[in-house]
Order: sequence, then C-alpha cells, then structure tokens
Amino acid sequence: MQSLRYLLRKEFLQIFRDRFMVAQLMLMPIIQLLLLGNAATFEVKTARMYVVDRDHSEMSRGLVDRLQASRRFVVVGSSPSTDVGNQWILERQTDMIVSIPADFERDIVRTRTAKVQLILNAEDGAAAGVTQSYARQIIGAYANELGSELPFMVSTASRASGAAAVSSVSAQPIEVRTRGWYNPDLNYRDYMVPGILVQLVTVVGTLMTAMNIVREKELGTLDQLSVTPLSQSAFMAAKLIPFWIIALIELTLGLLVARFVFHIPMLGSIPLVFAAAAIYLFAALGIGLLISTLVETQQQAMFVTFFIIMIYLLMSGLFTPIRSMPTWAQWMAQLNPVKHFIEIMRAVLLKGATARDVAQPIGILALFGTLVLTLAVRQYGRRVG
Amino acid sequence: MTYWAPGLAGAAGESGATGAANGFAIDAQNLTRRFGSFVAVDHITFDLRAGEVFGFLGANGAGKTTAIKMLVGLLAPSEGTAHVAGFDIRTQREQIRRNIGYMSQRFSLYADLTVRENIRLYGGIYGLTPRQITERTTTMLDTLGLSSSADYLVGMLPLGWKQKLAFSVALLHEPKIVFLDEPTGGVDPITRRQFWELIYAAAARGTTVFVTTHYMDEAEYCDRISIMVDGRIAALGTPTELKEKFGAESVDDVFVRLARGATKGEAA
Amino acid sequence: MNRNALRAFMVKEFHHILRDRQTLTILLMMPLVQVILFGYALRSDVRDIRMAVVDPTPDHATLELQSRFISTNRFRIVTTSQTPNVIEPLFRRGKADIALVFDPDFASHLRGSEPARVLIAVDASDPNSGTTYLNYTRAVISSYQAELSTQNRHVQIVTETRMRFNPTLESVNLFVPGLIALVLVLVSALMTAISLSREKERGTMEVLLVSPLRPQQIIVGKVLPYLALAFANVLTALLAAWAVFHVPFRGGVFLLLAESILYTLVSLALGVLIAARTSSQRAAMLAAMLGTMLPSTLLSGMIFPIASMPSWLRPVTYIVPARWFIVIARGIMLKGVGLTILWRETLVLSLMALLLLAAAMRSFKPRME
Repeated sequence: MQSLRYLLRKEFLQIFRDRFMVAQLMLMPIIQLLLLGNAATFEVKTARMYVVDRDHSEMSRGLVDRLQASRRFVVVGSSPSTDVGNQWILERQTDMIVSIPADFERDIVRTRTAKVQLILNAEDGAAAGVTQSYARQIIGAYANELGSELPFMVSTASRASGAAAVSSVSAQPIEVRTRGWYNPDLNYRDYMVPGILVQLVTVVGTLMTAMNIVREKELGTLDQLSVTPLSQSAFMAAKLIPFWIIALIELTLGLLVARFVFHIPMLGSIPLVFAAAAIYLFAALGIGLLISTLVETQQQAMFVTFFIIMIYLLMSGLFTPIRSMPTWAQWMAQLNPVKHFIEIMRAVLLKGATARDVAQPIGILALFGTLVLTLAVRQYGRRVG
Repeated sequence: MTYWAPGLAGAAGESGATGAANGFAIDAQNLTRRFGSFVAVDHITFDLRAGEVFGFLGANGAGKTTAIKMLVGLLAPSEGTAHVAGFDIRTQREQIRRNIGYMSQRFSLYADLTVRENIRLYGGIYGLTPRQITERTTTMLDTLGLSSSADYLVGMLPLGWKQKLAFSVALLHEPKIVFLDEPTGGVDPITRRQFWELIYAAAARGTTVFVTTHYMDEAEYCDRISIMVDGRIAALGTPTELKEKFGAESVDDVFVRLARGATKGEAA
Repeated sequence: MNRNALRAFMVKEFHHILRDRQTLTILLMMPLVQVILFGYALRSDVRDIRMAVVDPTPDHATLELQSRFISTNRFRIVTTSQTPNVIEPLFRRGKADIALVFDPDFASHLRGSEPARVLIAVDASDPNSGTTYLNYTRAVISSYQAELSTQNRHVQIVTETRMRFNPTLESVNLFVPGLIALVLVLVSALMTAISLSREKERGTMEVLLVSPLRPQQIIVGKVLPYLALAFANVLTALLAAWAVFHVPFRGGVFLLLAESILYTLVSLALGVLIAARTSSQRAAMLAAMLGTMLPSTLLSGMIFPIASMPSWLRPVTYIVPARWFIVIARGIMLKGVGLTILWRETLVLSLMALLLLAAAMRSFKPRME
C-alpha cells in the first residue's frame, strides 16, 4: 500500500508536468462539450425554399405565406417551372422546392383535396427529414384552416356510409391531448448533452489508460520497475487510478457546464450519477488497461482502443436509438458498457430515476468492470516468460 | 520479447534463504534459456562471493542480457537453477527483488520527473520510510555533487550524470547485490572512471556487484570475470589468471581470442 | 544522393507500418466494420413501440381502440392498468415508450355529445423518438375517429414528397461519405502525429534531422506511406458500401479519389503540425483526437446537419476540413455532380492544404540554438 502511494504520486507528477496535456485533458472536454452540445441537434432552424407556383391563386399564395410565417422557411427564389429549382438543389442553393400545381385552389373548392409537391435535397438526409416534417405540419394546419373557412359540405365518404348516422355522432368525438414527459419542449439538446459527456469522458479516459503501461514499456522504465518488489496489483492500480480520478473530475466539470450553460434538467440524485460513473469508469478504463497489456507500442494501443471505442460509441444509442437496431445488434449492445452508462445518465438526469430503477444497468456495469479488470490482471501476469 | 509484470513472484514464504548458508551471493547451476530452437544461454554454471565485483563479459548477442534477466527474475529459465542472495530464482522472486538493485543499459529513470522525485519514487517502492528517503537523498546528492540539480528534470541532465544517478538509485535500498547491465555505455572516459569509483565504494560497503560491459579496460578492474561466447561461459577467473591461462597481454586479447571462435556473436 | 536517402527513409516507414500486423489489420478493417455498422445497425426507424394503457373503465370502445393499436404491428401493449400510477415507474426504467390514458367517461362520452378524452403521455427524453411515437399514435386515433365520424368539413392537401438523391433516406448512403472523411482523418492525422512524436520521444528524430535528409524530405517520407494507406482505406470503404449496401455512385470515381487525396494532404499536414507542437505520444494523441477526430464527427455535418447549428457555431464549421470534404463526397456520390458545382469546396480544401503543408514544413526546421 505504501508503494502504491509513491507510484500514484509519480503518475500524477508525470501527468501534471506535461502542462499542455493537462490543459487538453481539462479544458478541451469543456470546450468540446460547449461546441458539440450546440452542434448535436437535428432541428433545422430555417430552411431555404424555392417556390414553383403554377396556380397564382389566393390559396396558393396563402400556402407560401404560411410556410414563411412559420419562420422555418425563407423563400430564396421562385419561378413557374421546377427546372431552375432543380438546378438550385444541385448547387445547394436551396433546401426544398415547393411546387403548387395549377388548379390548386379550384381542386380545393370543388373536391376539398389538392396536391402539393415537396422536393427536398436529401443529400443531408437528417435535415431533409426534419424539414419535410415541418413543411407537412404547416401545410396540414393550413388545410384545417381552409376547412373551417369553407362552407360546410358532406364528403363523399360519409354519403356512402349512410346519412342516418349524421346527427347521432358529434363532429369531434375524440379529444386527444398529448404530454411529452421529461422534455415537454422536445429539446434535443437535453437528450444529447449527457450522452456526449459520456463520450468525451470515455474516449479520453480509456485512451490515456491504454497508452499508459505501454508508454513505460517503450521508455524502458517498465524493466526497472519489474525488478523491484512492487506488487502487480499496486502497479495496475497506480496505472488506473489517476485517469479514473481525472475522468471523474472531467465528468464533474462537464456536468457543471451541462447544468449552467445548457440548463440540462437534473431531476435525479447527483450522488447516484457519480456512484454509477465510478463503477462505469472502472469498466471503461479497465478495457484500456487490458489493451495496454496486449500491445507493444503506444501507437498500437491507441488504434486498438480507438477501434473498440468507435464500435462502442456507434452501438451505444448515443446517436440512434438502440431499439431501432436489428436484434443481433441489440444483443451486442448489452455487452456495451457505454450503452448502459448513457442509459443511466439519461434516466437519472432527465427522468429522475432512482437507484432501484437503474439497479440493473449498474449491476451489469459492476459485473463487466470486475470481469475486465480480472482479465487485465491475469493477462498481465501471463507475460513473464 | 517477454515483459515481466511487477510482483509476479508467487506467495513463497520468507523462510527459504537456504542458499545463503553456503556464503555465495549468486550461484547458478546449468542455467539455460531457449527461445524456440535458439539457445540464448546454454547451461552456465558460476558463483559469486559476497562483496565481489564480478565482470560478466561477452560480445553483443552472446547471451549476457538474457542471463541477467533470468537472475533478476525478468525471464524464467528453461532449465537449471540459480540462487540470488540465497533465494531461488524460480520460486522466490519477490524476496530476490527486495535484495537486489538493477540498472539496465536502457536508461531507467523517469525523464519527466526531477532527480528528487525519482529518488523518492524508488525509495517508496522499496519501502523506505519518508525519513530514510530524505536522509539518503541528501547523502546521495552530496556524494554525486548533484545537490544543486535536485529539482532538475532528469531528462535534462547529461548522460554521464544520469548513469551515475541511476546507479545510486539502484543502491538506494542498500541491496545485497546490484546488477549493472552495460552501465557505462556511451559515457566519456572520465565519467567512466568516476563510475567505477562508485562501484568500488559500493563493494567496499559489502555490496556484491554483477556488471556486464564490453569495455575491456573495465574488465581489468573486476575481482573476477567470466567471458560468454555463444551462450556458454568460455572462461572464468581473475583477470590475472585468465591472462596467464591464455598467455595474453590483456583481457582484451583473451576476449578477442575467445570471441573469434563464436558463431552467433555479432550476428544477433 | 538525397533521392536515394529519401527512398531509404520511405522504405523504413513502410516497413514500420507493414511489420506491425496488428495495427495494419485494424486500420484496414476499421472502414469495413464501420460501413457494416452504419449499414445494418444504425437506423432510426421505429418499429416496436411499447405502450402502457390506463383504462379505468374498460369498455368495448376502449378495447376496440387498443386492438387498433395492436393490429398496426407497430405497437405492443406492455401493461394495462386502471390507474395512471404505473406510468411513471415504467418510463423511469425505460420499459414503456408511450402511455394511453383514457378518461373514466371515455366510452359514455363517445356515445354522448361531450367530447371523449384521451391523453397520450410520451417519454420525450429522446425528443426524436418521442415525436415519432406521438405521430404514430395520433394517426391510429384519428383513423379510428374518422371512421366514427360521418360528417366532414375536412380539407386535405396531399403533400407528395420527393427526396432527391436519396429517396428512402437510407442512412448508409448518408454516412458513407462522412465515414470516408473520418477514416481519412484517423489514418492520416492521428497516425502521422503519433508516428512523428514517437520519433521525437525516442530521440530518433534528432538522428533524422542531422542526416542528409532535408526536413521537408523527412516529412514527405513520413507522410507518403500513410497517404497510401489512407488511399487503400478509401477504396475498401467504397467497395464495401457499393458491394454490400449498394450505395449509389453517380459521379466520377477519379474525381472522388483525387479529392480524397487532397483531403488526406490536409489531414496529414495537421498531423505533422500536432506532432511538432507536442512533446509526447500521448499528448499528440490527445491533441489529434480532440482537435481533428471530434470536430470531424460532430461539426462536419456528417451526423448532425450544419443547418441545425446555432448561427455563431456555423462559422466554426468552416475551419473543419471534413465539412468541405463531406459536401464534395456527397455531391459526387449521391448527386453525381462534378467540379463545375464543387469548385468552391475544392478551392477551400486546396487552400487549406497549401497553408497547412507550408506551416508543417516550417514546423520541422531543425532548431539552431
């Protein structure tokens, strides 16, 4: 235990001597979080719209007005034919073409149904999807507005089903109210920031741990340490603990940014978050330690780690919901500590989940951590010839 | 390349200092190490008396470093036995580690720690008390004339100073035996002389010194030397004995004569 | 003589790379694994919505509505209860996505003249999924309602949408260009930074600097092998995307490859600059990671649209080379456009390459002190 203290002191001295690195370790995640927290959203604030209005009626102009009035769309050009619009899409001058056919107004008055065509640049699929759904919402609302203005009319469908029922059923039989729990404003950032924080802490912590033992190998100091009476567990602990502490500090800084800059709601218990983080980091950094025992150079350590972290992050539900993945991928995700910790963070911070609610993922993390650390120590032990 | 991991020594008890009874600091019997079909060290047998300065000579690739690695517990022997400070190198690595110092040809202090921090680290690892560490640091820095540089990063010191410092750090816990693997490589003649003065001082205090070198003038300073060729010990004795036996002017001559017959030698 | 020296040096670098099978395997496999993950695993379509039903007075009307949900095959009712207390714990544990809460008088109101009320509570902690769940739920209810209703004042404007260049919004198509950008940064910026700082850490850089090689040649020698490796990576990623996922390839292959080289040069120069400014491998790795990898993923438009970013952040994306490359790669692959349209992005990348390469060359002048 005494030698562990000296070793830890040494590790911290080495880390803090490299001021540039410490600055990166502490400052960069914060800056990154500030930038990425703002970047990680699919909401499209304003989309550029090109108008092809072949109808030139009051209703077609009303439609374009509604789109513009929403402030979601700005008209960047218009012409009676789609050719120019198509070229503009190709050149990324516009995001969407709204094409209103001739007879738009006439169709609405006569048949209560009319067509509008939206052409989107789906080169950026996420943005296109979002833009499209905004446009549809606005157009739908406009249709309702027209519906209430136009004189009453019995639709063909109801005529077919028989006029007898007409008076017996109310016009709006079901009143649907909706409530988005935990995030009533549907703020995507609230959802992403905790996840991005996990990503930053994981990437930095795991990579640094993975490179740490190999670094001594490369520098030749490992040989020196190995002829001392230093115990294996003390050595491993000294390699793990500094970055474990640093990662927890980073997490703290990150949570402060999340709270005071992004105003992320923190409904649940913060001690619970830290307890889960402490366990999670043993698992995550344990992976780094295990890699460190398997490779010979820092470059290798970095690439193996990076490869694994990349798979972990993509399969963690950070960007796309786990439940949309195919079944095999969902099973794989169960073995992914990042997934469990992101889940815990989101549940505790956004939904106020209690220790009992997240007991299962915490248990999995603890199990995973124990397994990885045991493997790392065993693998390390096997190295003697 | 096999790497050791700290503390691999099993839970062998402290009791087994059996070999110490015969008075040898090291005794090796038929020590052998193979890497696949290549025999790096081939049944070597030798012993060291306590307080002796033993020169372990050989061309590059003759098997010196492999032999040292087995003795200090960095490599397991394929065959044979050896006791270091009375402890079995197979089963009592932990006890051996407490009783030896080691300085390798690769510079082994941390370049990004200061002189003082390096000393404190190794003192702590060897279980010295903070007071002992402070005292010995002061003495060591005085002896080396490094007191004014105590808070310099080791990486900024000239090579000769680094080597002297590394040697002193290897002696910090007052080991029974110190292993020096080509300690003076790349060092100027004056510093080499100073280095050997440090070695003699340590030997005078009763520390056994096991040193490999390929500076043959240094071999003359040793109490006894062995010359390894192709993994075997080709000659062993005091420098004078060997010169007489081979009818040579200097240890250098003896060495060249023996090494000429080598098959592996420089090729490795 | 210098040319021979350069060749010898480059051969050494190639040996370094080729001898290290582990790293090489990972480098070559990385794009493959990524393409496969993006193609198979990363999708955001919603198939299985877990619904909790709170029905204080079960009745044939409420049961009918529930069966409508089940028959869509999209919804799964995980629990039915008479009190709304069940919702909160289910949401907190992530065991339900949406809750349908009937008013106690739902059925009687439905037959009477007052509006029958139903509340949809959705776990909106993930707003994207939440909105989608909500929309699906609404659709089921309104189709039920439409059947009940016989009067209609409704006007319908049918919106017909055409997603140009990627009609199904297939995520592989969108991610492959971004993926290439990412892999290129990884191989070139990170690899170069680490490999150069390794020489610095080990002191071999000094040996190289006093050799007859000029600093520029050292950099070229360091950089060329990685350029080749990066190129191999682009090819594998493209092949995988094309062969396995049938990602469209509408534009010129050679143009794309040429642009890839341009972009790789930018990344390599960044790697050299990072190595020049850091003192250890791990510091270099961190800098490369935070300075190139993360911006390339998150500020490039690869995952999150640039149009979605706040206006102060958008200019920041201009200095991220990946941003320009992704526009180019998407343009060539999905839209089949050429330089006539992509000249601006290409110009930006070329300027970046020139500036950064010049800076990189300068950064490795042997120090005369």
